[in-house]
Amino acid sequence: MIRTLQKYNAIMTGNEAVAMGAKLARVRFISAYPITPQTTIVEKLAEMIANRELDARYVEVESEHSAMAATMASELTGTRSYTATSSHGLLYMHEMLHWVAGQRLPVVMSVVNRAIGPPWNIWSDQTDTMNQKDTGWMQVYCESNQEALDTILMGYRIAEDRNVMLPLMTMEDAFVLSHTSEPVNVPEQKAVDDFLPELDLSYRIDVDRPMGYGSYSTPDGPFMELKKDMHDSMDRARKAIRSVTAEFATSFDRNYSGLIEEFLTEDADYVLIASGTLASTGKYVIQRLREKGYKVGLIRIRFFRPFPADEIRKAVKGTKGTGIIDRSISFGSGGNTFLEVSSSLYGTDNPPLYGFIAGLGGRDVKIEDFEEMFRIMEKKEPGQYWINIRRGD
Amino acid sequence: MKVVLVPVAEVSSRENRMDSWRTQKPAIDYSTCIRCMICWKFCPDNAIMYSDDGGYQFPNERLSKLEAPVIDYEHCKGCGICANECPEGSITMEMEGGE
Ligand code: SF4
Ligand code: SF4
Repeated sequence: MIRTLQKYNAIMTGNEAVAMGAKLARVRFISAYPITPQTTIVEKLAEMIANRELDARYVEVESEHSAMAATMASELTGTRSYTATSSHGLLYMHEMLHWVAGQRLPVVMSVVNRAIGPPWNIWSDQTDTMNQKDTGWMQVYCESNQEALDTILMGYRIAEDRNVMLPLMTMEDAFVLSHTSEPVNVPEQKAVDDFLPELDLSYRIDVDRPMGYGSYSTPDGPFMELKKDMHDSMDRARKAIRSVTAEFATSFDRNYSGLIEEFLTEDADYVLIASGTLASTGKYVIQRLREKGYKVGLIRIRFFRPFPADEIRKAVKGTKGTGIIDRSISFGSGGNTFLEVSSSLYGTDNPPLYGFIAGLGGRDVKIEDFEEMFRIMEKKEPGQYWINIRRGD
Repeated sequence: MKVVLVPVAEVSSRENRMDSWRTQKPAIDYSTCIRCMICWKFCPDNAIMYSDDGGYQFPNERLSKLEAPVIDYEHCKGCGICANECPEGSITMEMEGGE
Protein backbone atom coordinates (compact mmCIF):
# COMPACT_ATOMS: atom_id res chain seq x y z
CA MET A 1 0.00 0.00 0.00
CA ILE A 2 2.78 2.42 0.92
CA ARG A 3 4.58 1.51 -2.30
CA THR A 4 1.44 2.40 -4.29
CA LEU A 5 0.92 5.67 -2.45
CA GLN A 6 4.43 6.82 -3.28
CA LYS A 7 3.61 6.58 -6.97
CA TYR A 8 1.04 9.37 -6.76
CA ASN A 9 2.45 12.74 -7.70
CA ALA A 10 -0.67 14.92 -7.85
CA ILE A 11 -4.07 15.47 -6.33
CA MET A 12 -6.68 16.37 -8.89
CA THR A 13 -10.38 16.23 -9.68
CA GLY A 14 -11.62 13.91 -12.42
CA ASN A 15 -12.02 16.89 -14.74
CA GLU A 16 -8.46 18.08 -14.09
CA ALA A 17 -7.27 14.53 -14.68
CA VAL A 18 -8.91 14.22 -18.11
CA ALA A 19 -7.64 17.68 -19.10
CA MET A 20 -4.17 16.46 -18.12
CA GLY A 21 -4.79 13.30 -20.17
CA ALA A 22 -5.65 15.39 -23.24
CA LYS A 23 -2.54 17.51 -22.73
CA LEU A 24 -0.30 14.46 -22.39
CA ALA A 25 -1.90 12.98 -25.52
CA ARG A 26 -0.72 16.16 -27.27
CA VAL A 27 -4.12 17.07 -28.70
CA ARG A 28 -3.67 19.86 -31.22
CA PHE A 29 -7.27 21.01 -31.53
CA ILE A 30 -10.06 21.49 -29.00
CA SER A 31 -13.53 22.79 -29.65
CA ALA A 32 -16.18 22.71 -26.95
CA TYR A 33 -19.23 24.36 -25.48
CA PRO A 34 -19.45 24.57 -21.68
CA ILE A 35 -22.04 22.57 -19.73
CA THR A 36 -22.11 21.62 -16.06
CA PRO A 37 -20.39 19.36 -14.94
CA GLN A 38 -18.01 19.26 -17.94
CA THR A 39 -17.07 22.96 -17.85
CA THR A 40 -13.94 22.68 -15.73
CA ILE A 41 -12.36 20.25 -18.24
CA VAL A 42 -12.36 22.76 -21.07
CA GLU A 43 -11.64 25.68 -18.74
CA LYS A 44 -8.51 23.86 -17.63
CA LEU A 45 -7.47 23.16 -21.21
CA ALA A 46 -8.12 26.78 -22.23
CA GLU A 47 -5.92 27.85 -19.30
CA MET A 48 -3.14 25.48 -20.38
CA ILE A 49 -3.25 26.93 -23.89
CA ALA A 50 -3.29 30.52 -22.59
CA ASN A 51 -0.26 29.72 -20.39
CA ARG A 52 1.51 28.12 -23.38
CA GLU A 53 1.73 24.78 -21.57
CA LEU A 54 -0.24 23.17 -24.38
CA ASP A 55 0.36 23.86 -28.05
CA ALA A 56 -3.18 23.57 -29.39
CA ARG A 57 -5.87 25.62 -31.07
CA TYR A 58 -8.99 26.26 -28.96
CA VAL A 59 -12.12 27.13 -30.91
CA GLU A 60 -15.16 28.50 -29.09
CA VAL A 61 -18.47 27.68 -30.71
CA GLU A 62 -22.15 28.42 -30.12
CA SER A 63 -23.34 24.85 -29.52
CA GLU A 64 -22.30 21.25 -29.00
CA HIS A 65 -23.45 20.38 -32.52
CA SER A 66 -20.94 22.93 -33.82
CA ALA A 67 -18.29 21.76 -31.35
CA MET A 68 -18.44 18.26 -32.81
CA ALA A 69 -18.62 19.62 -36.37
CA ALA A 70 -15.45 21.66 -35.76
CA THR A 71 -13.75 18.68 -34.11
CA MET A 72 -14.67 16.53 -37.10
CA ALA A 73 -13.28 19.05 -39.58
CA SER A 74 -10.05 19.37 -37.66
CA GLU A 75 -9.59 15.61 -37.26
CA LEU A 76 -10.16 15.25 -41.02
CA THR A 77 -6.98 17.23 -41.62
CA GLY A 78 -5.06 14.61 -39.64
CA THR A 79 -4.85 16.71 -36.46
CA ARG A 80 -5.44 14.90 -33.16
CA SER A 81 -8.62 16.55 -31.87
CA TYR A 82 -10.55 16.50 -28.62
CA THR A 83 -13.80 17.72 -27.12
CA ALA A 84 -15.82 17.19 -23.96
CA THR A 85 -19.48 17.47 -23.06
CA SER A 86 -22.27 16.17 -20.85
CA SER A 87 -25.99 15.47 -20.70
CA HIS A 88 -28.14 17.71 -22.93
CA GLY A 89 -25.00 18.88 -24.71
CA LEU A 90 -24.25 15.31 -25.73
CA LEU A 91 -27.80 14.84 -27.01
CA TYR A 92 -27.41 17.99 -29.08
CA MET A 93 -24.28 16.41 -30.65
CA HIS A 94 -26.11 13.22 -31.56
CA GLU A 95 -26.24 13.74 -35.32
CA MET A 96 -22.56 14.72 -35.51
CA LEU A 97 -21.59 11.61 -33.50
CA HIS A 98 -22.85 9.50 -36.41
CA TRP A 99 -20.92 11.65 -38.89
CA VAL A 100 -17.63 11.38 -37.01
CA ALA A 101 -17.93 7.62 -36.57
CA GLY A 102 -19.20 7.08 -40.13
CA GLN A 103 -16.30 9.10 -41.52
CA ARG A 104 -13.99 6.83 -39.46
CA LEU A 105 -12.36 9.61 -37.47
CA PRO A 106 -10.54 8.53 -34.29
CA VAL A 107 -11.66 11.45 -32.11
CA VAL A 108 -11.59 10.99 -28.34
CA MET A 109 -14.19 12.81 -26.26
CA SER A 110 -14.73 13.04 -22.51
CA VAL A 111 -18.31 12.84 -21.29
CA VAL A 112 -19.38 13.58 -17.74
CA ASN A 113 -22.46 11.42 -17.14
CA ARG A 114 -25.34 13.65 -16.09
CA ALA A 115 -29.11 13.19 -16.03
CA ILE A 116 -31.45 14.29 -18.82
CA GLY A 117 -34.44 16.48 -17.93
CA PRO A 118 -37.18 17.10 -17.23
CA PRO A 119 -36.98 17.97 -14.44
CA TRP A 120 -33.61 19.71 -14.72
CA ASN A 121 -31.01 17.71 -12.86
CA ILE A 122 -27.21 18.02 -12.98
CA TRP A 123 -26.34 14.85 -11.09
CA SER A 124 -24.96 11.47 -12.06
CA ASP A 125 -26.99 9.30 -14.46
CA GLN A 126 -25.98 7.35 -17.57
CA THR A 127 -29.00 8.11 -19.76
CA ASP A 128 -27.01 10.66 -21.81
CA THR A 129 -24.38 8.17 -23.02
CA MET A 130 -26.72 5.16 -23.18
CA ASN A 131 -28.66 7.19 -25.75
CA GLN A 132 -25.48 7.25 -27.90
CA LYS A 133 -24.65 3.54 -27.85
CA ASP A 134 -25.74 3.07 -31.48
CA THR A 135 -23.65 5.87 -32.99
CA GLY A 136 -20.53 3.84 -33.76
CA TRP A 137 -18.49 5.34 -30.90
CA MET A 138 -16.62 3.11 -28.50
CA GLN A 139 -17.74 3.77 -24.94
CA VAL A 140 -15.70 3.43 -21.75
CA TYR A 141 -16.98 3.99 -18.20
CA CYS A 142 -14.28 4.99 -15.70
CA GLU A 143 -14.20 4.33 -11.98
CA SER A 144 -11.44 6.63 -10.74
CA ASN A 145 -9.72 9.87 -11.69
CA GLN A 146 -6.59 7.89 -12.51
CA GLU A 147 -8.54 5.68 -14.89
CA ALA A 148 -10.15 8.77 -16.43
CA LEU A 149 -6.70 10.20 -17.23
CA ASP A 150 -5.25 6.89 -18.44
CA THR A 151 -8.27 6.16 -20.64
CA ILE A 152 -7.60 9.29 -22.72
CA LEU A 153 -4.12 7.92 -23.51
CA MET A 154 -5.29 4.36 -24.18
CA GLY A 155 -8.35 5.77 -25.97
CA TYR A 156 -6.35 7.52 -28.70
CA ARG A 157 -4.19 4.42 -29.20
CA ILE A 158 -7.25 2.18 -29.60
CA ALA A 159 -9.23 4.64 -31.74
CA GLU A 160 -6.25 5.29 -34.04
CA ASP A 161 -5.47 1.58 -34.48
CA ARG A 162 -5.48 0.95 -38.24
CA ASN A 163 -7.91 -1.92 -37.82
CA VAL A 164 -10.32 0.11 -35.68
CA MET A 165 -10.49 3.78 -36.77
CA LEU A 166 -13.56 4.59 -34.71
CA PRO A 167 -14.06 7.42 -32.21
CA LEU A 168 -14.15 6.78 -28.48
CA MET A 169 -16.02 8.47 -25.64
CA THR A 170 -14.80 8.05 -22.11
CA MET A 171 -17.07 8.68 -19.14
CA GLU A 172 -16.83 10.03 -15.62
CA ASP A 173 -19.74 10.16 -13.17
CA ALA A 174 -20.93 13.71 -12.51
CA PHE A 175 -19.39 15.21 -9.36
CA VAL A 176 -18.48 11.81 -7.85
CA LEU A 177 -15.48 11.84 -10.17
CA SER A 178 -15.67 15.11 -12.11
CA HIS A 179 -15.47 17.39 -9.07
CA THR A 180 -13.91 15.14 -6.42
CA SER A 181 -10.16 15.21 -5.80
CA GLU A 182 -8.17 12.00 -5.66
CA PRO A 183 -4.47 11.18 -5.68
CA VAL A 184 -3.34 10.57 -9.26
CA ASN A 185 -0.14 9.54 -10.95
CA VAL A 186 0.57 11.90 -13.84
CA PRO A 187 2.89 10.04 -16.19
CA GLU A 188 5.99 11.59 -17.74
CA GLN A 189 5.45 13.19 -21.15
CA LYS A 190 8.32 11.13 -22.57
CA ALA A 191 6.67 7.87 -21.52
CA VAL A 192 3.36 8.97 -23.05
CA ASP A 193 5.10 9.97 -26.30
CA ASP A 194 6.67 6.51 -26.49
CA PHE A 195 3.29 4.90 -25.90
CA LEU A 196 1.23 7.15 -28.18
CA PRO A 197 2.85 8.03 -31.52
CA GLU A 198 1.65 10.96 -33.63
CA LEU A 199 -1.55 10.52 -35.61
CA ASP A 200 -1.04 9.57 -39.25
CA LEU A 201 -4.45 9.70 -40.91
CA SER A 202 -4.02 8.14 -44.34
CA TYR A 203 -7.28 9.59 -45.72
CA ARG A 204 -6.84 13.10 -44.38
CA ILE A 205 -7.77 16.13 -46.44
CA ASP A 206 -4.82 16.80 -48.69
CA VAL A 207 -4.84 19.43 -51.44
CA ASP A 208 -2.39 17.38 -53.46
CA ARG A 209 -4.71 14.40 -53.37
CA PRO A 210 -8.28 15.75 -53.60
CA MET A 211 -11.08 13.44 -52.49
CA GLY A 212 -14.77 13.85 -51.81
CA TYR A 213 -15.83 13.81 -48.14
CA GLY A 214 -19.45 13.48 -47.13
CA SER A 215 -20.36 12.25 -50.60
CA TYR A 216 -23.50 10.34 -51.30
CA SER A 217 -24.27 6.71 -51.99
CA THR A 218 -27.18 5.12 -53.80
CA PRO A 219 -28.72 1.87 -52.45
CA ASP A 220 -26.46 -0.05 -54.85
CA GLY A 221 -23.41 1.94 -53.74
CA PRO A 222 -21.12 0.98 -50.84
CA PHE A 223 -23.48 2.21 -48.09
CA MET A 224 -24.30 -1.15 -46.56
CA GLU A 225 -20.71 -2.41 -46.82
CA LEU A 226 -19.46 0.71 -45.01
CA LYS A 227 -21.90 0.09 -42.15
CA LYS A 228 -20.90 -3.57 -41.92
CA ASP A 229 -17.26 -2.53 -41.77
CA MET A 230 -18.02 -0.28 -38.79
CA HIS A 231 -19.57 -3.25 -37.02
CA ASP A 232 -16.64 -5.51 -37.96
CA SER A 233 -14.23 -2.83 -36.77
CA MET A 234 -15.96 -2.82 -33.38
CA ASP A 235 -15.19 -6.55 -33.29
CA ARG A 236 -11.57 -5.93 -34.21
CA ALA A 237 -11.48 -3.22 -31.52
CA ARG A 238 -11.87 -5.93 -28.85
CA LYS A 239 -8.44 -7.26 -29.78
CA ALA A 240 -6.94 -3.77 -29.89
CA ILE A 241 -8.43 -2.96 -26.47
CA ARG A 242 -6.90 -6.07 -24.92
CA SER A 243 -3.46 -5.51 -26.43
CA VAL A 244 -3.35 -1.74 -25.78
CA THR A 245 -4.48 -2.27 -22.17
CA ALA A 246 -1.75 -4.90 -21.70
CA GLU A 247 0.89 -2.64 -23.25
CA PHE A 248 -0.27 0.21 -21.01
CA ALA A 249 0.13 -2.04 -17.98
CA THR A 250 3.71 -2.83 -19.01
CA SER A 251 4.62 0.79 -19.67
CA PHE A 252 2.83 2.46 -16.76
CA ASP A 253 2.32 -0.31 -14.21
CA ARG A 254 -1.46 0.13 -14.08
CA ASN A 255 -3.54 -2.77 -15.33
CA TYR A 256 -7.13 -2.16 -16.43
CA SER A 257 -7.50 -5.78 -17.56
CA GLY A 258 -9.40 -5.19 -20.83
CA LEU A 259 -13.10 -4.73 -21.53
CA ILE A 260 -14.26 -5.70 -18.04
CA GLU A 261 -12.73 -5.89 -14.59
CA GLU A 262 -13.58 -8.88 -12.43
CA PHE A 263 -13.65 -8.56 -8.65
CA LEU A 264 -13.84 -11.78 -6.56
CA THR A 265 -15.93 -13.54 -9.23
CA GLU A 266 -13.86 -16.73 -9.30
CA ASP A 267 -15.94 -18.77 -6.81
CA ALA A 268 -18.91 -16.40 -6.47
CA ASP A 269 -22.48 -17.67 -6.13
CA TYR A 270 -23.93 -14.22 -6.79
CA VAL A 271 -22.42 -11.63 -9.06
CA LEU A 272 -23.32 -7.99 -9.62
CA ILE A 273 -22.57 -6.21 -12.89
CA ALA A 274 -22.04 -2.46 -12.62
CA SER A 275 -20.16 0.38 -14.29
CA GLY A 276 -18.66 3.69 -13.20
CA THR A 277 -18.39 4.59 -9.54
CA LEU A 278 -21.31 2.38 -8.52
CA ALA A 279 -18.82 -0.45 -8.97
CA SER A 280 -16.61 1.07 -6.23
CA THR A 281 -19.40 1.01 -3.65
CA GLY A 282 -20.27 -2.48 -4.90
CA LYS A 283 -16.73 -3.73 -4.27
CA TYR A 284 -16.78 -2.30 -0.76
CA VAL A 285 -20.07 -4.04 0.05
CA ILE A 286 -18.80 -7.28 -1.47
CA GLN A 287 -15.70 -7.21 0.73
CA ARG A 288 -17.91 -6.79 3.81
CA LEU A 289 -20.20 -9.61 2.75
CA ARG A 290 -17.19 -11.84 2.03
CA GLU A 291 -16.02 -11.27 5.61
CA LYS A 292 -19.39 -12.61 6.73
CA GLY A 293 -18.90 -15.68 4.55
CA TYR A 294 -21.05 -14.81 1.51
CA LYS A 295 -19.60 -15.85 -1.83
CA VAL A 296 -20.26 -12.72 -3.85
CA GLY A 297 -18.40 -10.88 -6.60
CA LEU A 298 -18.62 -8.05 -9.09
CA ILE A 299 -18.00 -7.44 -12.77
CA ARG A 300 -17.24 -3.87 -13.69
CA ILE A 301 -18.07 -3.07 -17.28
CA ARG A 302 -15.41 -0.73 -18.65
CA PHE A 303 -16.32 -0.96 -22.33
CA PHE A 304 -20.01 -0.81 -23.17
CA ARG A 305 -19.14 -0.54 -26.88
CA PRO A 306 -17.87 -2.86 -28.12
CA PHE A 307 -19.96 -4.85 -25.64
CA PRO A 308 -17.96 -7.46 -23.67
CA ALA A 309 -20.37 -10.33 -24.38
CA ASP A 310 -17.74 -13.13 -24.31
CA GLU A 311 -16.15 -11.87 -21.10
CA ILE A 312 -19.49 -11.66 -19.32
CA ARG A 313 -20.62 -15.06 -20.56
CA LYS A 314 -17.48 -16.61 -19.06
CA ALA A 315 -17.61 -14.64 -15.83
CA VAL A 316 -21.23 -15.38 -14.86
CA LYS A 317 -21.16 -19.03 -15.86
CA GLY A 318 -22.25 -21.23 -12.98
CA THR A 319 -23.44 -18.44 -10.68
CA LYS A 320 -26.75 -18.87 -8.82
CA GLY A 321 -27.80 -15.37 -9.74
CA THR A 322 -26.45 -12.40 -11.69
CA GLY A 323 -27.67 -8.89 -10.95
CA ILE A 324 -27.22 -6.03 -13.40
CA ILE A 325 -27.29 -2.45 -12.11
CA ASP A 326 -28.42 0.29 -14.47
CA ARG A 327 -28.23 4.01 -13.88
CA SER A 328 -30.45 4.56 -16.91
CA ILE A 329 -33.57 3.02 -18.37
CA SER A 330 -34.98 2.36 -21.81
CA PHE A 331 -38.61 3.16 -21.11
CA GLY A 332 -40.91 0.33 -22.08
CA SER A 333 -38.11 -2.24 -22.02
CA GLY A 334 -35.67 -1.98 -19.11
CA GLY A 335 -32.15 -1.21 -17.93
CA ASN A 336 -29.80 -0.87 -20.90
CA THR A 337 -27.02 -3.03 -19.44
CA PHE A 338 -29.60 -5.59 -18.33
CA LEU A 339 -30.86 -5.84 -21.91
CA GLU A 340 -27.36 -6.20 -23.34
CA VAL A 341 -26.33 -8.81 -20.80
CA SER A 342 -29.56 -10.75 -21.37
CA SER A 343 -29.04 -10.90 -25.11
CA SER A 344 -25.35 -11.84 -24.65
CA LEU A 345 -26.45 -14.84 -22.59
CA TYR A 346 -29.29 -15.91 -24.86
CA GLY A 347 -29.00 -19.55 -25.88
CA THR A 348 -26.48 -20.35 -23.14
CA ASP A 349 -27.08 -22.13 -19.88
CA ASN A 350 -27.46 -18.74 -18.19
CA PRO A 351 -27.99 -18.03 -14.50
CA PRO A 352 -31.18 -16.30 -13.28
CA LEU A 353 -30.89 -12.60 -14.18
CA TYR A 354 -31.98 -9.66 -12.05
CA GLY A 355 -32.13 -6.09 -13.35
CA PHE A 356 -31.73 -3.27 -10.82
CA ILE A 357 -32.62 0.30 -11.76
CA ALA A 358 -30.79 2.51 -9.28
CA GLY A 359 -29.36 5.98 -8.77
CA LEU A 360 -31.29 7.83 -11.49
CA GLY A 361 -30.83 11.61 -11.35
CA GLY A 362 -27.94 11.16 -8.93
CA ARG A 363 -29.94 9.46 -6.16
CA ASP A 364 -27.35 7.98 -3.82
CA VAL A 365 -26.88 4.22 -4.11
CA LYS A 366 -25.99 3.27 -0.58
CA ILE A 367 -24.47 0.23 1.09
CA GLU A 368 -27.99 -0.86 2.17
CA ASP A 369 -29.11 -0.68 -1.45
CA PHE A 370 -26.40 -3.11 -2.55
CA GLU A 371 -27.28 -5.44 0.33
CA GLU A 372 -30.90 -5.24 -0.81
CA MET A 373 -29.85 -6.32 -4.32
CA PHE A 374 -28.10 -9.41 -2.96
CA ARG A 375 -31.19 -10.18 -0.81
CA ILE A 376 -33.43 -9.95 -3.89
CA MET A 377 -31.15 -12.31 -5.82
CA GLU A 378 -31.24 -14.81 -2.98
CA LYS A 379 -34.97 -14.69 -2.26
CA LYS A 380 -36.95 -13.35 -5.18
CA GLU A 381 -37.90 -14.34 -8.71
CA PRO A 382 -35.65 -13.19 -11.57
CA GLY A 383 -36.86 -9.94 -13.13
CA GLN A 384 -36.36 -6.20 -13.00
CA TYR A 385 -36.47 -4.26 -9.73
CA TRP A 386 -36.33 -0.57 -8.80
CA ILE A 387 -33.95 0.08 -5.92
CA ASN A 388 -34.66 2.71 -3.26
CA ILE A 389 -37.80 3.96 -5.00
CA ARG A 390 -40.30 5.84 -2.87
CA ARG A 391 -43.87 4.57 -2.99
CA GLY A 392 -46.80 6.88 -3.42
CA ASP A 393 -44.85 9.87 -4.80
CA MET B 1 -2.63 -5.54 -43.71
CA LYS B 2 -6.30 -5.27 -42.85
CA VAL B 3 -7.56 -1.70 -42.96
CA VAL B 4 -10.99 -0.18 -42.56
CA LEU B 5 -13.42 1.01 -45.23
CA VAL B 6 -13.63 4.79 -45.35
CA PRO B 7 -16.35 6.77 -47.15
CA VAL B 8 -14.24 9.05 -49.32
CA ALA B 9 -14.86 9.55 -53.02
CA GLU B 10 -11.83 9.22 -55.25
CA VAL B 11 -13.78 10.25 -58.34
CA SER B 12 -15.24 13.70 -58.81
CA SER B 13 -18.88 14.19 -57.90
CA ARG B 14 -19.27 15.30 -61.54
CA GLU B 15 -19.34 11.60 -62.30
CA ASN B 16 -22.71 11.44 -60.54
CA ARG B 17 -25.29 11.93 -63.28
CA MET B 18 -28.68 13.39 -62.36
CA ASP B 19 -30.51 12.92 -65.65
CA SER B 20 -32.32 9.81 -64.43
CA TRP B 21 -33.95 11.89 -61.68
CA ARG B 22 -35.91 14.00 -64.19
CA THR B 23 -39.54 13.68 -65.14
CA GLN B 24 -39.49 17.10 -66.80
CA LYS B 25 -36.78 18.76 -68.78
CA PRO B 26 -36.13 22.53 -69.06
CA ALA B 27 -35.90 23.94 -72.57
CA ILE B 28 -34.69 27.48 -73.29
CA ASP B 29 -36.31 29.55 -76.00
CA TYR B 30 -33.27 31.58 -77.11
CA SER B 31 -35.38 33.88 -79.28
CA THR B 32 -36.80 35.51 -76.12
CA CYS B 33 -33.90 34.93 -73.67
CA ILE B 34 -32.34 38.25 -72.63
CA ARG B 35 -29.08 36.65 -71.28
CA CYS B 36 -29.71 37.96 -67.76
CA MET B 37 -28.29 34.66 -66.37
CA ILE B 38 -30.72 34.58 -63.48
CA CYS B 39 -31.30 30.89 -64.32
CA TRP B 40 -27.54 30.26 -64.01
CA LYS B 41 -27.50 31.89 -60.61
CA PHE B 42 -30.49 29.97 -59.26
CA CYS B 43 -29.74 26.47 -60.56
CA PRO B 44 -29.02 24.44 -57.39
CA ASP B 45 -26.89 21.92 -59.29
CA ASN B 46 -24.69 24.23 -61.35
CA ALA B 47 -26.24 22.58 -64.37
CA ILE B 48 -26.43 25.81 -66.38
CA MET B 49 -23.27 26.94 -68.11
CA TYR B 50 -22.19 30.06 -69.99
CA SER B 51 -21.53 29.60 -73.67
CA ASP B 52 -19.93 32.01 -76.12
CA ASP B 53 -20.14 29.50 -78.96
CA GLY B 54 -22.67 31.64 -80.75
CA GLY B 55 -25.12 29.72 -82.84
CA TYR B 56 -28.03 30.47 -80.54
CA GLN B 57 -31.00 32.58 -81.50
CA PHE B 58 -31.38 35.98 -79.85
CA PRO B 59 -34.13 38.59 -79.43
CA ASN B 60 -32.01 41.45 -80.90
CA GLU B 61 -28.53 42.20 -82.33
CA ARG B 62 -27.19 43.77 -79.15
CA LEU B 63 -27.89 40.63 -77.14
CA SER B 64 -26.21 38.44 -79.77
CA LYS B 65 -22.83 39.58 -78.41
CA LEU B 66 -23.54 38.22 -74.90
CA GLU B 67 -22.89 34.70 -73.70
CA ALA B 68 -25.90 32.41 -73.62
CA PRO B 69 -27.10 30.03 -70.88
CA VAL B 70 -26.74 26.36 -71.83
CA ILE B 71 -28.20 23.50 -69.82
CA ASP B 72 -25.96 20.57 -68.99
CA TYR B 73 -28.53 17.78 -69.25
CA GLU B 74 -26.26 15.21 -67.54
CA HIS B 75 -26.47 17.18 -64.30
CA CYS B 76 -29.86 18.88 -64.58
CA LYS B 77 -32.23 17.14 -62.16
CA GLY B 78 -35.37 18.72 -63.57
CA CYS B 79 -36.36 20.72 -60.50
CA GLY B 80 -37.82 23.56 -62.57
CA ILE B 81 -36.31 26.37 -60.49
CA CYS B 82 -34.78 27.96 -63.59
CA ALA B 83 -38.15 28.01 -65.35
CA ASN B 84 -39.75 29.52 -62.27
CA GLU B 85 -37.13 32.26 -61.94
CA CYS B 86 -36.72 33.27 -65.59
CA PRO B 87 -38.11 36.84 -65.85
CA GLU B 88 -38.93 36.41 -69.55
CA GLY B 89 -40.72 33.07 -69.29
CA SER B 90 -38.14 31.73 -71.72
CA ILE B 91 -37.77 28.35 -70.05
CA THR B 92 -40.47 25.72 -70.30
CA MET B 93 -40.54 22.36 -68.60
CA GLU B 94 -41.30 19.58 -71.07
CA MET B 95 -42.50 16.12 -70.09
CA GLU B 96 -39.75 13.57 -70.56
CA GLY B 97 -39.61 9.78 -70.84
CA GLY B 98 -42.49 7.33 -70.42
CA GLU B 99 -45.38 7.08 -72.78
S1 SF4 C 1 -34.37 22.32 -63.97
FE1 SF4 C 1 -33.31 22.71 -62.02
S2 SF4 C 1 -31.42 21.53 -62.22
FE2 SF4 C 1 -32.24 21.71 -64.28
S3 SF4 C 1 -31.24 23.49 -65.12
FE3 SF4 C 1 -33.19 24.19 -64.26
S4 SF4 C 1 -32.66 24.83 -62.19
FE4 SF4 C 1 -30.94 23.57 -62.90
S1 SF4 D 1 -33.24 33.53 -66.78
FE1 SF4 D 1 -34.40 33.33 -68.68
S2 SF4 D 1 -33.93 35.22 -69.78
FE2 SF4 D 1 -32.44 35.08 -68.15
S3 SF4 D 1 -30.69 34.04 -69.12
FE3 SF4 D 1 -31.94 32.42 -68.17
S4 SF4 D 1 -33.31 31.76 -69.84
FE4 SF4 D 1 -32.46 33.72 -70.44
